[in-house]
Amino acid sequence: MADYSWPEADRRRQIGHRPARLDGPVKSTGFAKYPSDQNPPGLLAAKILTCPHAHARVVAIDVSAAETIPGVRVVHVIQGVGSEIQWAADEVVAVAAETEDIARDALRTIQVEYEVLPHFVTEKHRDRAPAAQPGAERTDGDPDAAFASAHRTVEQTLGMPQIAHMCLEPHGQVAAWDGDELEVHASTQAVSTLAGQFASELGIPATQVRIRTEYMGGGFGSKFSPDRWGIVGAELARKAGAPVKLFLDRDQEVSVAGSRPSAFARVRVAADEQGKLVAWDSDSWGSGGLPGTGQTPLPYVFSKLPNRRLRHTSVPTNLAGSRAWRAPNHPQACFLTMACLDDLASELDLDPIDFLDRNLDFTGRADVYREELGVAAEMAGWKERWQPRKRSRQGALQRGLGVSIHTWGGRGHASNCDVTVHPDGAVEARLGSQDIGTGTRTIVAQVLAETFGLELDQVRVSLGDNRFPQSGPSGGSSTVGGVCSSTRRAAQDALREVLARVAPQLEAAPEQLAAAAGRVFVEGEPSRAMSWSEAAAQIGGAPVSAQGRNPGPGRLISSGVGGVQIAEVEVDMDTGVVHVERMVAVQDCGLVINRRLAESQVYGGLIMGVGYALFEEWIPDPITGRLLNADMEFYKLAGLVDVGSLEVHMMTGPGYDERGVIGLGEPPVISPGAAISNAVANAIGVRVPYLPLTPDRVLDALAGRGGIA
Amino acid sequence: MRPFSYAAPTTVEQAVSLLEAEGSEVLAGGTDLLSLLKDDVEQVERLVALRGVGDLSGIDVSGGRLRVGSMTTLQELRDHAEASAAVPALGTASDGAASAQLRAMGTVGGDLLQRPRCWYYRRGHGLLALGEDGRSMVAEGDNRYHAIFPEGDARFVSPSSLAPLLVALGAEATVRGPDGERRVPVEALYRAPQAEGERENTLAAGELLVEVTAGVGGVRSAVYEVRQRRSLDWPLMAAAVSLTGEAPRVDRARIVLGHAAPTPYLAAAAGDLLAGGELTPERIEEAAEAALEGARPLSGNRYKVQLARVAVRRALERLAGMEA
Repeated sequence: MADYSWPEADRRRQIGHRPARLDGPVKSTGFAKYPSDQNPPGLLAAKILTCPHAHARVVAIDVSAAETIPGVRVVHVIQGVGSEIQWAADEVVAVAAETEDIARDALRTIQVEYEVLPHFVTEKHRDRAPAAQPGAERTDGDPDAAFASAHRTVEQTLGMPQIAHMCLEPHGQVAAWDGDELEVHASTQAVSTLAGQFASELGIPATQVRIRTEYMGGGFGSKFSPDRWGIVGAELARKAGAPVKLFLDRDQEVSVAGSRPSAFARVRVAADEQGKLVAWDSDSWGSGGLPGTGQTPLPYVFSKLPNRRLRHTSVPTNLAGSRAWRAPNHPQACFLTMACLDDLASELDLDPIDFLDRNLDFTGRADVYREELGVAAEMAGWKERWQPRKRSRQGALQRGLGVSIHTWGGRGHASNCDVTVHPDGAVEARLGSQDIGTGTRTIVAQVLAETFGLELDQVRVSLGDNRFPQSGPSGGSSTVGGVCSSTRRAAQDALREVLARVAPQLEAAPEQLAAAAGRVFVEGEPSRAMSWSEAAAQIGGAPVSAQGRNPGPGRLISSGVGGVQIAEVEVDMDTGVVHVERMVAVQDCGLVINRRLAESQVYGGLIMGVGYALFEEWIPDPITGRLLNADMEFYKLAGLVDVGSLEVHMMTGPGYDERGVIGLGEPPVISPGAAISNAVANAIGVRVPYLPLTPDRVLDALAGRGGIA
Repeated sequence: MRPFSYAAPTTVEQAVSLLEAEGSEVLAGGTDLLSLLKDDVEQVERLVALRGVGDLSGIDVSGGRLRVGSMTTLQELRDHAEASAAVPALGTASDGAASAQLRAMGTVGGDLLQRPRCWYYRRGHGLLALGEDGRSMVAEGDNRYHAIFPEGDARFVSPSSLAPLLVALGAEATVRGPDGERRVPVEALYRAPQAEGERENTLAAGELLVEVTAGVGGVRSAVYEVRQRRSLDWPLMAAAVSLTGEAPRVDRARIVLGHAAPTPYLAAAAGDLLAGGELTPERIEEAAEAALEGARPLSGNRYKVQLARVAVRRALERLAGMEA
């Protein structure tokens, strides 16, 4: 069987280097056409009327006025009389019209009568929840005995709210029919799997659905399905006999198109005199909207802690269901765990890094964390700058340092890739993957260029089309491992085929040949060579093609990473305003394909992390059940001046590279909430138990008014 | 957006005449009104665009008085060397409209007369946001950004970046209407609506704001805003202070809070407390405390009382040269 592997470090011309993102220029100049930029001839605009109530039954709908408005082409009732609506901003009627303005005018004329039903949207008060679902208690070891004999125990109630994905390109698509064939330009993370979902909803064979996603403006886990608006958009286009663009308005995007579940917990955790963890007890709850939400992985990372008791209550609310938000469940579990461990370290009068270090045997990768903690501490100047939480303070501005660690899997998903070498030497990879902004197009090109010994501008990557070989959805940090391994296998096979045809010319066996620096040559005898284009010319009239798959032979990928982050904050003790001065992130992800893009993933994770640590929260109105901040005014994201100095270190080289490629999208967003919260506790001397760390909550904690309100 | 007519007068007289008709609204920079119309929070019959009325923009500093036309953009105000020299705090105040785009389009008049940001108002529940049962949605709902000095049922906050400073300076507004011109203290532009449908400003039909003027000789002033985010964000609380008298002596002081009440909130007693003495840390603390007299925070904004205390203190400390 053929051998599939990554080149040795000294032979890598692409892998591990820092080429710029290939689509950087077209994106930054606006030439890149996103799905929402598609404007085929005859395009209609569609808009959706949504329900203003968090819980209601549709009693009557009158769309007659809308239907008579000039320019209105289709009025489509989504949820008709009798429908029970379970969250505000749920879709009720859609209109396709010749312009967006006409569509909006038409919506305003539609009369919907609702029977308003009771709603519940404030899950932090689980005692008031009408439908809380307590789960079974799980006990390992003997937590009661362990707590009874523990040296120090801390008890804390903490929480973090639901937050939005806030994709800058909202959810939606342009749908166009040609007879009974449907083409959808979708803003999606799942090019290859979307067609089947459209087809089954629309009653046509999946072979008649084409999905195109050349670029897309952010998904973060919220764009894996056609969604109701996708099916409605396709139905409107079918009825109108014209292409229809349907993208959500911002308020809909924030309200219904993706959120991360909230997480609350009363936690007790204890350690012995040596600072070793001995017991954990958590009573947690949270909501992901109507479906509630499950148990997060507690205690996080320190999963081998022997004595523990876990209880969890799922709290359904009248809010739209949550979606996978970058590293599902991990940021919540990380915050609940690392904040309590940090409080315990303070009780033990231990440096939190020392405390984590003493307990790393309870994690799955003690050596990696130990090394990363050392690197991060060095970068942050921890030894010189860290002071104990218990100290006297003078002045309004107080600095603090906090640390957190995290883990993720990141194994490559199932992927197929066709690689073709044309007789003129042109090389192309085609795969039904998508570049969701992470740089997938660029790293596939690097793998091609590396394998064939070419430059990036000599290879072409075609993705974002379900006519290409099936490749997995971009979720769970699975894309880089999937596409790099399928591409590498295809490219190695295609190269072997080319070398086999060239071998006679060079009077060598194919396995003696190599391709590098634009040439094909006999290993060890570089003078017996020909240029790549001469080599390609030997393959005859038909291109050489090979398909690579993942999973497959050879150790190209792996899974399981660890990361360490340190935050430094400045807190205004008088106003409660927190500013992140600096974040240090140390992260492993096996073999790094593109160091620049890998670092970029970590920067992005840190920026999102500062956002949810300091600013972001869904604010549902207890009175109406609607979000009060379904906009970008009071749903606050971190701006560039809010994120401080970000410093990233990727763990690479021996011990890391040979593991192969591992995904990186999720891990860096896990720790910021915990690290920043810990830094604030270190700065001000008390725990602010609730994220985001807004001035009111900081001032309450300083005034001794705890709680999670 | 509902249809409306659009008028582009070139003189103040034309503008006044156009504005007399019911349903007419001034379009100044348009940074907010168009959003209100798109969201159907407000409806108009006619927009009267003032951009073509040349007399309404411009800045003049002479004879110890600052004069700013209502259609002057915030960026023009920010960039005006003489104005900045006369009133350095203008920079802090106009930066309150924190994005370059807003400053480039937004006008002084628009800033002064912008509609409140109350999220109940912005979601169509009206300025007073009284539910169908007449109970206050603000009081019973989420009021973290609302008033700590509510007036009657008005619990929104005045969002103007410039008004607190102008009120502190004792500035006057020139208003032109069908019956001619009137000059009023800037604070008299504002009121707390008593009933739904009433505006939060005192301009009558057909009236428009022409300019604001302020005596700037012998006056020291400062603004301090508490913001959570450094990027584009509303202040959680703002304080503007002005002092006359030879430092460190204070002859007269005016202390005004923004984002605290439905109108720019003049804390008269706090200002009086400083008059006739020196600006010492103790007196600053007393004044900051006095400014909070009568605060009635809502269920979720008690923290804003503390922010008001800090904002007043820090604004005064800026003038006393005691900044941390």
